[in-house]
Amino acid sequence: MNWQLTKLGLVFMMLSVLAVGGGTAVLPEMQHATVHWFNLTDKQFRDIYSIGQVAPGPNMLMVLLIGYRLAGALGAAVVGIAFFLPDCVLTLAANRLWVHFSGSPWRQSVQQGLAPVAIGLMFAGTWAIARLSLAHVTDGSPDFVAIGIATVVTAILLWRHINPGILVLVGGTAYMLLTH
Amino acid sequence: MESVTPTPGAAGSLPAAAQVALGQIFKVFLMAGAISFGGGVVAYLREYLVRASHWLSDEEFMSALEISETLPGLNSVNIAVIAGDDLRGVSGAAAAVVGLMLPGAVFVMVLGILWTESRHNPLVSHFLLGIASAAVGLLLVVSLQLGRRQLVKLPDLLIVVVTFVAVSILKIPLAYVLIVIGTVSIWLYRPHPAREAAPEQLPFERGPRHNQYRR
Repeated sequence: MNWQLTKLGLVFMMLSVLAVGGGTAVLPEMQHATVHWFNLTDKQFRDIYSIGQVAPGPNMLMVLLIGYRLAGALGAAVVGIAFFLPDCVLTLAANRLWVHFSGSPWRQSVQQGLAPVAIGLMFAGTWAIARLSLAHVTDGSPDFVAIGIATVVTAILLWRHINPGILVLVGGTAYMLLTH
Repeated sequence: MESVTPTPGAAGSLPAAAQVALGQIFKVFLMAGAISFGGGVVAYLREYLVRASHWLSDEEFMSALEISETLPGLNSVNIAVIAGDDLRGVSGAAAAVVGLMLPGAVFVMVLGILWTESRHNPLVSHFLLGIASAAVGLLLVVSLQLGRRQLVKLPDLLIVVVTFVAVSILKIPLAYVLIVIGTVSIWLYRPHPAREAAPEQLPFERGPRHNQYRR
């Protein structure tokens, strides 16, 4: 139990530091780590991700539920601290050091260089959730209802800005009704 | 935010910043954390920090966002750290982060406990699957929008594709991907005497993105 908690803490600390480009960027690695190193199933990971989508605030708070699912309330606390604290400390340090780098041409190099990497990682995160939700878990065949919902949401958001919170709730309701 | 007293030019200047109470910082971030349903937390933060409380100027906020995007971690949390630190140092940063995360954390835990009890119910299961499917569309559009600069520029597009293939197809661990591709990409943009004269290029456009967050 204690080893499990330590392992959880270490894994999420690593994910925290690797989250260049935000939470979505780290989703593939998080899915891999929690499914292969812990006993989370793909379906549980997907459900937990979905719950995070309807919560207010930073959308990666769903990591708390991964901790809760794997190691109870203490697990939620360990994962929450491990995933958020290292980044906060890094940002605090950077905020105080940033002025010293403001004149350095390398600051801009880092910003420009990391931007396309972060975008690539966001597409990888999108792909990870797509693989979990757009195909049936049982046999891997395409789930056309899910693909339809993803396509419609994409089209709507490209067309105009609508609160995504409403769209995900409508998507959930639509899937529930269409497959009932 | 009627109760927030404006302190013009507070950020960055210690004497004025000291006037902002920790409780006020906590309260403002708690509001942003509670009301930002459906994502877009950064937009709410801008509304509260720049418009309502005048704790940061627009330029200071965009600079905080810029730092947040370059560093690992969630942009909204990183902005909370920076704004809290500018206002009241480490304790301000802590108040901001805890305030921002508290409502969502409680919400997620309550829903999660309900889910644990009912996850074998097919209706719940299908509802969550529908949410994940909709989220795919949302993630795709956000990635396209944030990447609209990178996706139309050749070296950048190549880095985007190589990063995606490395992670999603080849399943190379993220640490290696970041070290190798990140280093190469930064090296491609290394300071160059000829390039220094070029106008500053940010990884995003300020104007349109502003509007995106504003709504």
